[in-house]
Amino acid sequence: MEADTKHKKPGTRLCCACNQRRAALKRPKTLEQICRECFYAVFEEEIHQVILENKLFKPGERIAIGASGGKDSTVLAYVLSELNRRHNYGLDLFLLSVDEGITGYRDDSLETVKRNELQYGLPLKIVSYKDLYGWTMDEIVKMIGLKNNCTFCGVFRRQALDRGAALLKVDKVATGHNADDIAETVLLNILRGDIARLSRCTSIITGEDGPIPRCKPFKYTYEKEIVMYAYFKKLDYFSTECIYSPNAYRGFAREFIKDLERIRPRAILDIIKSGEDFRIATSTKMPEQGTCERCGYISSQKWCKACVLLEGLNRGLPKLGIGRNQGLNSDAKEDIKKDGRTKSIESKQCGSLEF
Amino acid sequence: MHLTLEFGGGLELLCESVKVHNVNVDLPKGADKLTMKDLLAWVRTNLIKERPEMFIKGESVRPGVLVLVNDCDWELSGQLDTTLEEKDVVVFISTLHGG
Repeated sequence: MEADTKHKKPGTRLCCACNQRRAALKRPKTLEQICRECFYAVFEEEIHQVILENKLFKPGERIAIGASGGKDSTVLAYVLSELNRRHNYGLDLFLLSVDEGITGYRDDSLETVKRNELQYGLPLKIVSYKDLYGWTMDEIVKMIGLKNNCTFCGVFRRQALDRGAALLKVDKVATGHNADDIAETVLLNILRGDIARLSRCTSIITGEDGPIPRCKPFKYTYEKEIVMYAYFKKLDYFSTECIYSPNAYRGFAREFIKDLERIRPRAILDIIKSGEDFRIATSTKMPEQGTCERCGYISSQKWCKACVLLEGLNRGLPKLGIGRNQGLNSDAKEDIKKDGRTKSIESKQCGSLEF
Repeated sequence: MHLTLEFGGGLELLCESVKVHNVNVDLPKGADKLTMKDLLAWVRTNLIKERPEMFIKGESVRPGVLVLVNDCDWELSGQLDTTLEEKDVVVFISTLHGG
């Protein structure tokens, strides 16, 4: 009796979907008040529809889920497993994890993925930067300092995922990027004038002309809903910020998006829509795609970014490949010959923002 | 007023890595009820031991921190105006980390 009166405080609302149960959350996507059970149903159904409408998978495919042990990839593994069963997608699912060698961050989150392997019954493969490149992120940061860490890590991770996917012989990689992430990326690319990336970053399937295509089933899923889903379902995930991330430029875009969401939650999906509908002026020169001369990976320059960065690390030139007009591909080659240091936009003192 | 406060998503690191806190919060002087606004100020002063800007921004939680009162999104009960009662459970979850 006591419990009843406590929950029926004035202002307690009923779920607008079933009208029976108490509403547990307000969906940012639709501003609807919804109970737990209806939330699970609509959350899972919407993702199922995204998968169908965008033809993300085909029956019989082997799919690697990029798994970091974090909230997005854990929920993705859980939901994909469930939908695969429920709707008979006919997929062979795997967990693929990348060990960047960040002490105190990655070693803990890998423990979570190992638990996920058991909890969800999905076979796990871990690939490490140390094995692939000969460098851990900790070693890289010792060499380059606390700037541009995400540039190195992001570039290496993308290749690492492809290598791992090739080892697993999968047909596609699925990642847990959510609507908030994609909206941030659109903003980041606008702020940097990166037209090439801007034109690609909202695609739900990318890399179809590369080694392994990837897809983002959570493209339209709000981060808040992913966290609420994980919380209510008591899913096991690891949640600490990467120790190198406070210096990342993306943090500014994220802060802005979060403030925006508070005022107008729909803004996140609207930014994605704007990103999807951008058209590049025909007079704009776009980079052409080829392959890296050194490793054969997909690249718009003579050497792919990973090779340029690695060259820099191995030669003790931490700024190689950082900033515009950089790298071994253009006049930088001459600059190295001249004085051992490369010309760069950001060799100027420009506060804490590094592009 | 006795309340149970839980911190998740990495926020526990701001409270000396303790996830669950059983606390006794006094009502503000002259008030007859305790609101989330009051509780936030109390938490800021009494529980957050470092980097308060990760938890609070202005009068409210930092955008990206979810708040649940008795397992219910505080957006449904008026956010800062939500009134709290004896033995309520308040959960703070940060979403601001890698996925």
